[in-house]
Formats: sequence, C-alpha cells, structure tokens
Amino acid sequence: MSNADFASLSNTAITFAGVVYFVALLAHLVEWSRLRAVVPAEAGAGDPVRSEGDLLVATGGPAEDNPKVAFWARLGVVLTAMAALIHLVGVVCRGLGADPVRVPWGNMYEFTITASLVVVVLYLALHRKLQLAWLGPVLVGFVWVVLLAAVRILYVPVAPLMPSLQSPWLVIHVFAAILATGAFTLAGLASIIYLIKESRVRKDKVRPGGYLDRVPSLPALDRVAYRVTAFAFPVWTFGVLIAGPIWAENAWGRYWGWDPKEVWSFITWVVFAAYLHARATRGWKGRHAAILCLVGLVTLWFNFVGINYVFGDTSQHSYALEVVATVSLAVTS
Amino acid sequence: MSSEAPERTYDPDAPATPPPGLGPRELARWAWRQLTSMRTALLLLLLLAVAAVPGSLIPQDDVDSFAAIRYRDEHPRLAPVFDALGLFNVYSSPWFSAIYLLLMASLIGCILPRTRVYWRALRARPPRAPRNLARMPVSASHEVVPDDPAADPAAVLERAAAELRSQRYRVEHVPGEYVSAERGYLREAGNLVFHLAVLVVLVGVAAGSLFGYKGGAIIVTGKGFSNVLTQYDDFVPGAFFDPDDLAPYSFTVDDFDVDFILEGEQRGLPRDFTAHVRYRNAPGDEPTDYDLAVNHPLRLDGGDVYLVGHGYAPHITVRDGDGEIAYSGPTVFLPEDASFRSFGVVKVPFAEPEQIGLEGFFYPTFAMVDGDPMTVYPDAANPLVSMLVYTGDLGLSEGSQSVYALEKAGLDQVTDDDGKPLRIDLSPGQVTDLPDGLGSVEFTGLSRWVKVQTAHTPGTFVALGGVVLALLGLMLSLFIRPRRVWVRVREVTGQPADGGTAGEGRRRTLVEVAGLDRSGSSDDPGELAVAVDDLARSLAGTRVEENQ
Repeated sequence: MSNADFASLSNTAITFAGVVYFVALLAHLVEWSRLRAVVPAEAGAGDPVRSEGDLLVATGGPAEDNPKVAFWARLGVVLTAMAALIHLVGVVCRGLGADPVRVPWGNMYEFTITASLVVVVLYLALHRKLQLAWLGPVLVGFVWVVLLAAVRILYVPVAPLMPSLQSPWLVIHVFAAILATGAFTLAGLASIIYLIKESRVRKDKVRPGGYLDRVPSLPALDRVAYRVTAFAFPVWTFGVLIAGPIWAENAWGRYWGWDPKEVWSFITWVVFAAYLHARATRGWKGRHAAILCLVGLVTLWFNFVGINYVFGDTSQHSYALEVVATVSLAVTS
Repeated sequence: MSSEAPERTYDPDAPATPPPGLGPRELARWAWRQLTSMRTALLLLLLLAVAAVPGSLIPQDDVDSFAAIRYRDEHPRLAPVFDALGLFNVYSSPWFSAIYLLLMASLIGCILPRTRVYWRALRARPPRAPRNLARMPVSASHEVVPDDPAADPAAVLERAAAELRSQRYRVEHVPGEYVSAERGYLREAGNLVFHLAVLVVLVGVAAGSLFGYKGGAIIVTGKGFSNVLTQYDDFVPGAFFDPDDLAPYSFTVDDFDVDFILEGEQRGLPRDFTAHVRYRNAPGDEPTDYDLAVNHPLRLDGGDVYLVGHGYAPHITVRDGDGEIAYSGPTVFLPEDASFRSFGVVKVPFAEPEQIGLEGFFYPTFAMVDGDPMTVYPDAANPLVSMLVYTGDLGLSEGSQSVYALEKAGLDQVTDDDGKPLRIDLSPGQVTDLPDGLGSVEFTGLSRWVKVQTAHTPGTFVALGGVVLALLGLMLSLFIRPRRVWVRVREVTGQPADGGTAGEGRRRTLVEVAGLDRSGSSDDPGELAVAVDDLARSLAGTRVEENQ
C-alpha cells in the first residue's frame, strides 16, 4: 500500500469508527431507557441519597437485575471497544499515510483523533477497576461529538511535518500532552456528573431508578475525578514543563518564552496544582473541588481550541502557518 | 462549604484573627502566619493563574516585539495605560513578580515548619495503639482458631509484627499489649521535595535571565558572524550580563539549502532548511563544518546558535549621477508571510548629486495574477525586485533609524513622465536608468540569508533538575498512601459473637486490627478496610473461604 492508500484508509476508518461509536451510544441509550422501567427494590424506602457508595459500586446493579438491560450494557461496551479498534487503525494509518512515515500528531485534527482515542482507551481500561459502566452513554456521546467535530471542522489532508516539528520530542511532548488531556477530560466528565447529581440531590429531585440515581454515589464520583486527575497531573507536568521546554530550547533557542500556548498550559498546570493542593491541605472535596477541576479543564481546552484560532498568527505553537521568519526591527546607529 | 478539613499534624491556619491591640512584633508574626497559611497559598496560586492571562491576550515586548509595536500604533489611547500597568511586559511586571515572590515566601514559610515536624515524625516511634480498636473508623476482629498452637497471644503479636514489617511498615511492638505500625513516610518527604524543587527551578530561571543573553542576527550566505555586540541586529542582555563576556566564537554561513513542499494543501511551505556553516570556538582554532537546522542547534563554548528563519538578499548596485558605484551588495529583504514576498529598502547616502532611497518588494517567483503582482511560489524560480524611488535627505544624520524602513520626511518621490510614481521592475542582470540624471539601478544577483538566534542561558540545567525533582516529589506525594495499623489480642470469656455453641463460657482469643488512612481522605476507604480485614484473618488463622 502506498502512503496515499494509507491516508485514505485512515479517513475511512475514522468515519467508520464514528458510525460504530454512534451505534454504541444507541445501545447505551437503550440500556438506560430500559432501566427507567426497572425501579431498584430499595428505592421505595424514600432515600434517594444512598450512602453505601463508599465503595466504587454503581448503585442499582443494572447488570444483575435484568438480563435484557445487561445485554444492552454489554453490547454498548463491546461496540465501544470495536469502535476504538477501528479508531486505532485510523490513527495508525494517518501516520503511515505521511511521507516520510511519522507519528500522527502534527496538527489539530491528528491531535484530536488521538486524544479522543486515549479517552476511550482509558475508559475501557478502567472500566472494571473503577466500575465505570455508568459513564458509558456520556463518554461515548462525547467521543462521538469530538470525532465529528474533528472530521467536519479540523480535517486537513496528510502532509509532511514542518521543520520545527521534526524532532523525537514530538513523540514525547505531544504524547504526554495527549495522554494528560484525555485523562483530565475523563476527570472533568466525572466532575460534571458530580455537579449535576449534587445539585439534584440538594433539591431532592433525584428520581429513583433514573440515570443520576444509578451513577455512583457523590463521594465515589468525587474520588474518580481525583484519582484520574492525580494520574494526569504528573503526566502534564512532564509533558509541558520538562519535555516541552527541552524541545523548545532545541528548536527555538529558549526553554520558556511565554508564548500564548505556554502561558495557557502554565495556567492549566497552576489550576490543577491548586485543585490538588486544596484537596490535600484544605480538605476540599465535592462541589468546590469539582468546580475547580472544571475550571482547569476549560483552560486546557481553551488552550487547545482557543489559542489556535484566536492567536493563530502570534503563537509559535500555531500549526496553521509556520512562522517562516521572525521579522525583527533591527536598528542601526 | 462542603469542605471538611482532614486530620492534620501541622495546622498553619489555626489562629486567623489577630487579637486587638497587638504590638508591632505580634502584628508582624500575625502577618507572617497569614502569608504562610494554606488559604493564602491557594489564593496566590489561583491569582498567579489569573495574572498570567493578560500576557497571552496582549502582545508582549519580550515575546513578539513587532506585534507589540503594532498594537501600540493601533491603540494610541490604550497603549499608554497598558504601558503604565506593565501589560506589555506582564511576566516581568512588578505585580506579577509580587504574586510569585509572595508565593515563594509563603512556600518557604510553609516548608520550614513542616520540615521540622517531619524530622521529628521520622525519628518518632509509631504512636501507641488506642485502647479500643473497634472504635476506629476501619477495624476488624476475628477469633483465633481454637487449639491452634499458634493461638498464644504473644505469638500472634509476634507474627503481626513480622507480617507488618514485611509489608514495609515501621513497627512498634509492646510485648503483651499491642503492635503499632506506620508506613508512607515518603509522602511528606515527596511533598517537601516538591516545594523545595520549585525554589530550585526559580533560582535556575533567574540565573538564566540575569546572567544570560539572547541575540538575533541576519547573515547573508557567504558572510560570517563573530560573536561581538556590533554584529547583532537585536541583543537582549540579562541585568548582570556584561557584553565584554561574549564568548569569542565565530562562524561563516557557506551555503543554505531549502526544500519546499511541491504539492498538496501545504504546497510552498518549507519541508526542510539547513545552513551549512563553518565555526571556530576561538579565533585561532581550526574551523569545523556543521549543518545548522531547526531542531539541530550549534552548541558552542559559552553559547548556542539556532537557525530560526531565512529569506532573500538581492544584490543591488546603484550608480549615481556621476556614474560612480555608490551602493553595491546583497540587501536583506524581510519576508512578509509564507509566500516570501519580501519588503526591503536601499539607502544610498553617498550618491551625487542627491541621496537616493529605494523601497519595494522582492518576488521569488513573480507572476501577474488578475492584474496584481504576486509571488506564486516561495522558491526563487522567477525572481524580481519592484521598487519605488525617492531622492532628497535620507535623514541619516539625525540619529538612529531602522535599516529596514525609509525615513520619508526629507524625501521626494521620483515620478515618471506622466507624473505617476516611478516603479522600477528588475530581473537578475537587468539595469535601468533613473530619470533626471540621478543614476542607475542594477539587479546583479541573488543570495539567501539566514536568521540565527544566539543565546547563553546559565542555570538551564539547574532549572531542568529542579523540574525533574519536583516531578519525583509530586509523584511520591500523590501516590504514596500513609497508613497506621494497630493490632491487639484480647482474651474474652463468654458467648462467641456468632452465637455458635462451640465452647460456651470458654476463654477465647480475639485478634483486633484497626487502620487509619492518613493520606488526606483521598484514599479509597474500601482498600484499607480490605487490607485490615485480611490481616486480622491471617493472624487469627481463619481461612478466607470460611467467612464468605
């Protein structure tokens, strides 16, 4: 197969993965709509805030209760896994499609398809350990939307890497950024669900047997967000404060230059540092921590989307256009 | 507030309100406690994040000076206010510095007492076991299997101590009473290392910006560069850098290769560019060849050289009205965008009878598209210079001015016979006469130039070492989960708890284990409960299956 074949195979695979994600989403929606009919036995006790959730167990145990529900749940996960495989083929072929062959992280489209794959892989890998069944519909829907946006808005044909990106640090720096972005996003999803559930619980409006009733208890959601963030933060630290500066020094002659992208990754770092600090020393938990986690996630995504579009021409990290020559005003005397 | 503070051994927040009527010494102490409180640290951290924002919205002098100057021109009323607030230099402004210096002070004020506390904790024995272990948040008790020769309380405690030691706990065994164990001391060590490492990073960065320099120079191929101040187009020394200390290296740019993408969406963007240089670390050395490229800097003694850009330098020769060569040589034109249409000026102060100024564009691959002159490809396939002509006073006697712009106050534009501004278009080898006996202009050849950045940044490895250390400390403080575990063995008389009939009124031996998570309640309480239960079972000799 030639490079062009791989490139077009990649496009096909990404489109196909999107379709399978959508079917997985449908399966999860069927699962959850069926669950609405199945009211958990203890729900009648009139205590919507069940507090047994010290363990990370999805309440209600949909799978054991009802074989039909269990079938749709399993189908959703299997389809997600299949979609992830096709997605992986798309990402790999994207790299093989370039001449010379390279890692597929050279522009926003490639970054997005890889980061969304990382989110899915993390979700699948932690599915058992953290009992993430409840996250299925939200996560698959999210990934589907992101992939759609990548294909519709961010797509660019395969092209060789520009000179400043031709470095082994591309693999290290960008992969760390992608991994951390995927994990922070997962933590952010848990925080969003936490905040919604928390506000409904406060108003005593959680319908027994509904989706919010079946996601894990508030402390368990809080802990998922924390543990995933605690994983992502060192990766982010490595990616933007160690690998990034080393590469920047190599390519641009300075390890830190307050380029807009650097500023915002620094801001993201500081916000998540504050999140961890608040938890460790001030005992922050729950709502305040979840809000801080979301602030961090917003800065992260603004850095990715906003900086490239708003500051496209001033940032050295802008991949829309290589800054060919830095025009400087030289002054003679 | 849903926040609930976990158990802390060191609580800097405790007294937050100053009692009224304090003397200056007490007030200073109070202020110091406020500054070093965790709440202040958190506030300062978030403030630092917010304060960093404007620097990404407003062009910065240090990052993109050209954009900053343009911004000032476009916003004449806002610019003085921004200047006064330091918004064009956010990251060196007093208010930004104030935030991070306060943060550092808060950090020192926090780690000093914590180090003391930690030092004591390191040498202390694990604390004595609570009297009633069943009252601890996580506990388990199991009855020792009767008739087991190992059921002797002393032997059980012995085994508990050995087991906990093998799990890397620090163990305090009080024979006949209890075993107390603690682990996870490295968490706090990681915490302290992380905070200390932040200071190391700051020192490294400060060293680089105070004792280092950054410079830029444009070098036409075939020409050389010596590392002295006069050869720089721009030079930014650190506060304590003396330009006399510039390392005595030099190099020549022999040749420059650029390879453009020929097809596809990114047609015309460079695929690769390389400058072939010959360098000497010191004047007497043998020259060495090196291929200078992006991501492939030249590391020299006392400084590094980076390739950051390239462009065209048409050779232009100007003869004056007397027929004398008044100007000759490659002239640097600055590219305006990725198309490499480049702008440049020629200043001819020694032309007779009048000074001549030329200003215009260089097109690497010239073509007329819809009646507009443009370059259709960035490589030099059909080069053309197109310039307007001025005469009069170039204004060079009135102080410094840019070599890349004409000072037009004292100049008159030369017009053609129809009274329109005269434009001269030249391909290589072409020559054209200027009207009114001013002379002639000739486009004799074409060179390329490279823009190099040079930098010397002491402390880089200190900063790098600091960040690596910070990362290690961070990982210890995030992933190590300190715990305390206590074991007591009790002999009781009476009914077994499960109401069994096995031995009524008989003396029974109970193993009680309790655990305490000390990682700030972010640990999964389930894991500790399982560990505590497992330990109690194994000490009691109960097999797991029996209890399930």
